[in-house]
Amino acid sequence: MSTTFWIIIAGAIATYLTRIGGHLVISRFDHIHPRVEAGLNAVPAAVLTTLVAPELLNAGPAEWAALVVTAAVSLRGGLMAMFLTGAAVLILARQFVG
Amino acid sequence: MATDVISESGAKSDFWQGVRLSMPVVVASAPFAVLFGALAVDNGFSVLEAFLMSALVYGGASQMVGIQLFGQHVAPWLVVLSIFAVNFRHVLYSAGIGRRIAHWPVISQALGYFILTDPQFAVAEARAQSGQTVGFAWYLGLGLPVYLFWIVESALGALFGKLIPDTHALGIDFLLPIYFLGLVMGFRKRPLWLPVVVASACASIIAYKTVGSPWHVSIGAIAGVLLAVILPPHHSGVETRP
Repeated sequence: MSTTFWIIIAGAIATYLTRIGGHLVISRFDHIHPRVEAGLNAVPAAVLTTLVAPELLNAGPAEWAALVVTAAVSLRGGLMAMFLTGAAVLILARQFVG
Repeated sequence: MATDVISESGAKSDFWQGVRLSMPVVVASAPFAVLFGALAVDNGFSVLEAFLMSALVYGGASQMVGIQLFGQHVAPWLVVLSIFAVNFRHVLYSAGIGRRIAHWPVISQALGYFILTDPQFAVAEARAQSGQTVGFAWYLGLGLPVYLFWIVESALGALFGKLIPDTHALGIDFLLPIYFLGLVMGFRKRPLWLPVVVASACASIIAYKTVGSPWHVSIGAIAGVLLAVILPPHHSGVETRP
């Protein structure tokens, strides 16, 4: 079996653990410490930010334009609207600046 | 006998009521399923592997993160850890929904947790809070169409991805950062969002420059989470709950 296959299997098990783990573990406690809860709340934004920020170092004008527009649209629209707008700006800008 | 018939038809109508509620989720997730398939192939997955990942992991953002890191030739254990980190929020969904579905048979509960995605949690929790029972048939009606469309569309996206000649001109290589930025912005109403994002962004850029990829992901994430833990609880808005 390939490495990819094992990554998928292990990723699937890890994901299922997060989906059943909260019920099995956290629900046994009556009270979650506020600091732990604050940390858990910060997890998605913290992880996802690390996937965007370093891209800024290599980003050209087309990429910057797409990210700025995406952030602007996100203040009003939903995820789909901002993704499609950002992608459209990127594709359009790359026709001119490559 | 008569009650069997009634409960069975009740379950049927519950199921279809769930299916109706699933339709917006099916429509909204379709482009991401296709995108995932196309990007997975672009990052070195086969069509079968893209399909398997959608069928077994079944978590859009984590699948995108997984293939992105896989494409960067990050160590396998770190790819898995990152999938785990992105999906970690489900722990909270799981803790929350547990009391709503505790009356189901254990096998049904095990299946219910497998399809516990962001929209699944949001819609089920809303039903529970309106005072209605979250039944298995209703929950399955809500979740099953989303799952089936997700895996079929992933495979279609992977097949389609093989046909794209110039991925740069179509911006395929930079669609993930745009998508992740969208997700980051989606969390902006959370307490401490801006400080966490700034801390994670700075730490990940510095780590990217010094330690190098892929460690910038873990280091940046830890920086943001630690900041949220360290700041006094009244800033993080978690102590105001009843």
